[in-house]
Amino acid sequence: MRPILMKGHERPLTFLKYNRDGDLLFSCAKDNTPTVWFADNGERLGTYRGHNGAVWCCDVSRDSSRLITGSADTSAKLWDVKTGTQLFSFNMDSPARAVDLSVGDKLCIITIDPFMGQSSAIHVKRIAADLDDQVGESVLVLKGPVGRINRAVWGPLNRTIISAGEDAVVRIWDTETGKMIQENDKDVGHKKTVTSLAKSTDSSHFLTGSLDKSAKLWDSRTLTLIKTYVTERPVNAVAMSPLLNHVVLGGGQDASSVTTTDHRAGKFEAKFYDKILQEEIGGVKGHFGPINALAFNPDGKSFSSGGEDGYVRLHHFDPDYFRIPSI
Amino acid sequence: MAIDNLGNAPAQKPRWGELEEEDDGGDYDFLLPPKQIIGPDEHGLKKVIEYKFNDDGHRVKITTTTRVRKLANARLSKRAVERRSWLKFGDAVHEDVGARLTMVSTEEIIFERPRAPGTKAEDSNASGDPLAQMSKGGAVLMVCRTCGKKGDHWTSKCPYKDLAQPSETFVENPNPSPADGGASGAAKGGAYVPPTMRAGAVRPAAGGADMRRRNDENSVRVNNLSEDTREPDLLELFRPFGSVSRVYVAMDQKTGMSRGFGFVNFVRREEGERAIAKLNGYGYDNLILSVEWAAPRAT
Repeated sequence: MRPILMKGHERPLTFLKYNRDGDLLFSCAKDNTPTVWFADNGERLGTYRGHNGAVWCCDVSRDSSRLITGSADTSAKLWDVKTGTQLFSFNMDSPARAVDLSVGDKLCIITIDPFMGQSSAIHVKRIAADLDDQVGESVLVLKGPVGRINRAVWGPLNRTIISAGEDAVVRIWDTETGKMIQENDKDVGHKKTVTSLAKSTDSSHFLTGSLDKSAKLWDSRTLTLIKTYVTERPVNAVAMSPLLNHVVLGGGQDASSVTTTDHRAGKFEAKFYDKILQEEIGGVKGHFGPINALAFNPDGKSFSSGGEDGYVRLHHFDPDYFRIPSI
Repeated sequence: MAIDNLGNAPAQKPRWGELEEEDDGGDYDFLLPPKQIIGPDEHGLKKVIEYKFNDDGHRVKITTTTRVRKLANARLSKRAVERRSWLKFGDAVHEDVGARLTMVSTEEIIFERPRAPGTKAEDSNASGDPLAQMSKGGAVLMVCRTCGKKGDHWTSKCPYKDLAQPSETFVENPNPSPADGGASGAAKGGAYVPPTMRAGAVRPAAGGADMRRRNDENSVRVNNLSEDTREPDLLELFRPFGSVSRVYVAMDQKTGMSRGFGFVNFVRREEGERAIAKLNGYGYDNLILSVEWAAPRAT
């Protein structure tokens, strides 16, 4: 493959998201400007100016008209994708970490970090169809997890909210009542901070990646552990292929092995695993720093990775990739 | 770009009466063969052959080889096509062509499949002994037995330590196959059995030469290397295709630069085949590589 390198961010990447049609790629980084690129050739389309702090997460509506971003400057902003204008800013009292739009784009989750005595929380806000009606009040506030909540997403049909974070516990909350319905079984769960979460296309199962050097596949309804994927590096980002039964893990370097780093550059890799067999099927090297973000194009024919080095690498798969034998 | 000097005189001698001034500007293009374009073939390789007069008035032939490769097919939905024509905004508004935010990688990144543990073990069986040899030092004159370089490093510090090596020293040692491990001791109740007589020993003539020959059969020649290509570069380039037992880059001793070609030996033939298939015509350090099976050695 000849990856396309996009260096639009000066600071490490934090999140990557493709739009539903797979033609736009949104990148968030620790610099203040989320950027949008064309997903086929990597050409930059524009940047969203307005945040004053690292942007941790973003989500785009199904029709690719609205973008929501969560930033360390204690705000989550709603943008017009086409023009880059800021439409609304939700003022949270702490740095906003994760954002996710619901099915139908009428509601959104905004997670906030523990800050100055306040615990972390998950806020649900309504997104009005008409901007004039947009208000900043939360419809629902969920509290309970200790420590940072790194990712929170909508469960199947918006009936539940799935969250995971620093306390290594995956939780399912009921949207109607706001109560926590389930926590994952402690024996099989992650042992360290869960850094990332990726849902399958139909939201029936999801993948969590953790600093304990593993990623786990869970059922969204029952929270049963289905599969575990083991690597040698702490996992910072996970992604599931929408086309094949592949799971990709991207990670960092174990702090203890820093001084024994290989002198060869570009050796941080995104590891591909067979989803069902839990076996490693391949790796794509190239990043000069730990991989912090991974995303698959909805058509499954390309994927991109964002690293600590500030680069986004967009890979279009060679025909060989589709011929890898599997079940 | 390859420039060939075709000799002093142009094919057709211009009549001296017509060649009035020295500083004519060299407008003798009619003397040159026309430009040839050998259109893109199935690998996307395109050759353009032009002829020019250089400063000395010699006719030179310039061959430019380019490869165009399609990276991906973009099948856009109607909405996506609309989005393609959106105006740039934010920081992208004043983007000039030279901004170079988006670049195609110059390196070919391979989807590396993990090696099955079985295959690696088979290959390293033969190399078991040379590897043991490597832990010893060299002579005072630093000769590395692995890559044969003098004065560079000791064998134990060889950058190619982990490769199977058909080195000369292998000749003197038996190849301890697992089955005969027990029998390598004395046959008759404690009598000393020299290494070459032991069960499972490989005779020098048969063993060493065989090892070397086998590797040279899988020798791949790489042409059109850039001046500063060295062994480690070739090793990195050919490694993904399989177990490389030896790399060699022909050097000009006087200038210390590569003579433009080198050899890579694989342990197995199909690895070499894969390498040839993938790397022939591959752009490496601004030159297009020519990779083929090496012609058998003269001696």
